[in-house]
Amino acid sequence: MIFTTVGTQLPFHRLIDVIDIWSLEQDVRGCFAQIGNDGNPPQNMKFSNTLDPAQFANQIAKCKVVVSHAGIGTILTALQYGKPIIVMPRLARYGEHRNDHQLATVANLEGRAGIHVAHNEHDLKALLNKAHDLGTNTNVTSAAEPELIQAIDSFIGARQTGIIYA
Amino acid sequence: MSKHIKHPKILAVSSGGGHWIQMLRLRPAFKECKVHYVSVNPKCAADVPEAKFHSVTDGNRDTKLSLIKMAVKILFLTFWVRPDVVISTGAAPGYFACRFAKLVGARSLFIDSVANAEEMSLSAKLSASHASKVFSQWPDVAKKFGVEWHGSVL
Repeated sequence: MIFTTVGTQLPFHRLIDVIDIWSLEQDVRGCFAQIGNDGNPPQNMKFSNTLDPAQFANQIAKCKVVVSHAGIGTILTALQYGKPIIVMPRLARYGEHRNDHQLATVANLEGRAGIHVAHNEHDLKALLNKAHDLGTNTNVTSAAEPELIQAIDSFIGARQTGIIYA
Repeated sequence: MSKHIKHPKILAVSSGGGHWIQMLRLRPAFKECKVHYVSVNPKCAADVPEAKFHSVTDGNRDTKLSLIKMAVKILFLTFWVRPDVVISTGAAPGYFACRFAKLVGARSLFIDSVANAEEMSLSAKLSASHASKVFSQWPDVAKKFGVEWHGSVL
């Protein structure tokens, strides 16, 4: 029901621990976590250290809610599948990342439809308790904003210089 | 006199995870191009069945030997593919690709990750003096670092 993921690089014990304890307390079944190569195994849910891209997409497709670090790949994939996502930023002071850029990411994404920010473990638990009612965004396409596509298209110059007379 | 369309050859280079997902969202811009994708996970090939895919060793500033292996493979691919244009969504592989693009006369565009909402990434800063253009996906960051902003992948 809930798919938790910490991305490919580093473990994120604070995130996994909250979900693990919450799922036991609330007796929630069918949760799955991807915990990273150095993650501590959760006690109350199925998990794997890593997932390949197809397995990852499959987990997103079949879950009700995604819980994640503030990694852009997971956020974009969850939105593309129309799933609500709860994100908790990694903090450098706990050794969870080399800097606090995930704080900047959530500060700038907070309030967008379908993205729910947990600033700490307490917020995360509160959001999990209303997991069934979290809003989604069903309007996310598989492409970047049209302005960006247009700017790249112009850079490539296919339209302007592509025609050659031989 | 016959007219035909030349399809530009693109080397589209990114690191894994979110960098790769952002690259996939740029695909509509590549629709009249021959694209060679480069990323760190060989299994990403399944995401782009319509194009060529090459994998490179993963690495970052903390894994110097991996970075060297990555750079050598990207240098090789640059000469082997001989792209007209290099497009990157970061991080380290994208920097190397923008840096080597000039060696084959290719223009290069480094698009900093949407994750960098307040500062440009190290790889984007390093790419600034090598890439033909650098985009930030946040207007304030673009202004602060003197690069271009044309919207985001979101």
